[in-house]
Amino acid sequence: MQKIEAVIQPSKLDAVKDALVEIGVSGMTILEARGHGRQKGHTEFYRGREYSVDLLPKVKLELVVSDEMLEKAIHAIITTARTGKIGDGKIFISKIDEAIRIRNDERGEIAL
Amino acid sequence: MRFSLLRPLLLLVALCCAPTVLLHAQTAATSVDRIANLEKQLADTQAATAAAQSAGDNAWMLVSAALVLMMSGPGLALFYGGLVRKKNILGTMMQTFAMMAVITVLWGLVTYSLAFGEGNAFIGGLHNVFLHGVGLAPDVKYAATIPLQTFMVYQLMFAIITPALITGAFAERMKFSAMLVFMILWAFLVYSPMAHMVWGKGGLLNASLGGRFPCLDFAGGTVVHVTSGVSALVTALYLGKRLGYPKVPMPPHSVVLSFIGACLLWVGWFGFNAGSALGAGTLATSAFVATHFGAAAAAIGWSVAEWLRQGKVSALGAISGAVAGLVGITPAAGFVTPMSALWIGLIVGVACYFMVVKVKSWFGYDDSLDAFGVHGAGGTIGAILTGIFASSTINPIFGAGKPTGVLEGNGHQLLNQIVGVAIAWSLSIVGTLIILFVVDKVIGLRVSEEAEREGLDLTQHGEEGYDWAS
Repeated sequence: MQKIEAVIQPSKLDAVKDALVEIGVSGMTILEARGHGRQKGHTEFYRGREYSVDLLPKVKLELVVSDEMLEKAIHAIITTARTGKIGDGKIFISKIDEAIRIRNDERGEIAL
Repeated sequence: MRFSLLRPLLLLVALCCAPTVLLHAQTAATSVDRIANLEKQLADTQAATAAAQSAGDNAWMLVSAALVLMMSGPGLALFYGGLVRKKNILGTMMQTFAMMAVITVLWGLVTYSLAFGEGNAFIGGLHNVFLHGVGLAPDVKYAATIPLQTFMVYQLMFAIITPALITGAFAERMKFSAMLVFMILWAFLVYSPMAHMVWGKGGLLNASLGGRFPCLDFAGGTVVHVTSGVSALVTALYLGKRLGYPKVPMPPHSVVLSFIGACLLWVGWFGFNAGSALGAGTLATSAFVATHFGAAAAAIGWSVAEWLRQGKVSALGAISGAVAGLVGITPAAGFVTPMSALWIGLIVGVACYFMVVKVKSWFGYDDSLDAFGVHGAGGTIGAILTGIFASSTINPIFGAGKPTGVLEGNGHQLLNQIVGVAIAWSLSIVGTLIILFVVDKVIGLRVSEEAEREGLDLTQHGEEGYDWAS
């Protein structure tokens, strides 16, 4: 099992979510987040005072998928979330040791 | 031929006159009755006309009083509330709301009498404490067509918003308790004498009731805006900066709230300025139009200055400009033509932009929400421009056809305006310093550093403006 953490543009959330459901991903968690990578934010002015806003609103998706599903899921996210401009976000992959369904104690991929 | 015709005619006349002569006494009685009847009708009509005018004026003045309260109530509270960080929104709004309650009670008990009661040139006496003698009959010297109680409650709304304006300078760092005591003392020491000098019977600066220096101040440029703005500056300097200012960014948490507040202020200002005509006549129209034109021109002035310097027109800039314009036109409305109002608005809009954006950072004081930059500066400039633009065609306050402002040839008026402004500045500086010193020694002005970090909502009021969890 693998965990995908994808930070994307908030406006792309619906498209990414639909694409993931399409390929058979059964669940995910969405977090509203703020952050920045190479995109360095922007400047705001209030009554002439300059404020640099370097943490921009993002959406973070967390989903755990089976190993064979991993590449398909990555592909789905990349193709739907990409605009080609700076600030599109990043994907991080890590191994998951165990998954447990709280309702009935099912373990492993069946619990996903 | 001629005589034969004349004879019967004479006979006819004689016949007609006989009963007339006989009934002479009775006829005389009827005429007296008729005259009495006509006199009564005339008196009734006059009374009805006077009552109708009185009712009309009273209706407008009651609406105006409500409009001015709306400037504090939602208006200023939202305008200031949006400009602070979200941990301080309730604390900020409560400072204005507290004035609506506390100053009202104080006004009824004693400060109305100090401001508008008979007194000397500087302050009113105690004849009207507990509103004694403030009844439903008009006081001809103040406003001949409205009940004195209407006048009293209308003036009260000014006494409420004036200290509320100061709260913008010490936002996000003053104790609620200290704020209350400060404001109560301020109502006694600064507002009441200033209101008496400019508007009270026999006041030193009163232009319509024979003051020594007739200072033109239609709706409170000196009484409201100079006093609050200058006191705001003194308070900001005395209290010191907010923790982290100016390094820690403190942008407004909701320009949306400020936007709604500023628009409510604009609408409420019609009650403030046009209501200061103290009647629903043509002078109210002049003041209404000048108010609107001043606000519009200042919104444009501030916005253009911002556009040139920053490349963008901000919503906060546009509304700040409008408020500055409304401040600037406050003393002038009711004295100037619509075209002069455009000039005043434009000048004040640009000047306040530089006060807020450049001057504040040069000196480095933390007038958090620009109470001085907008009200102090805008009020001062507006008061002086009033002396320049005042026109006898709009308001012949010195007598019909007599020159009123500098542009009409009354150069001396500029001096009167400067005297008024200088007195307002001096009184505000001295009075506010004394009050701050006393309150600081007795209860302390600032919240603790910890409380300031945590925010006024939680530490002063035990609640939060926004509960994201529920």
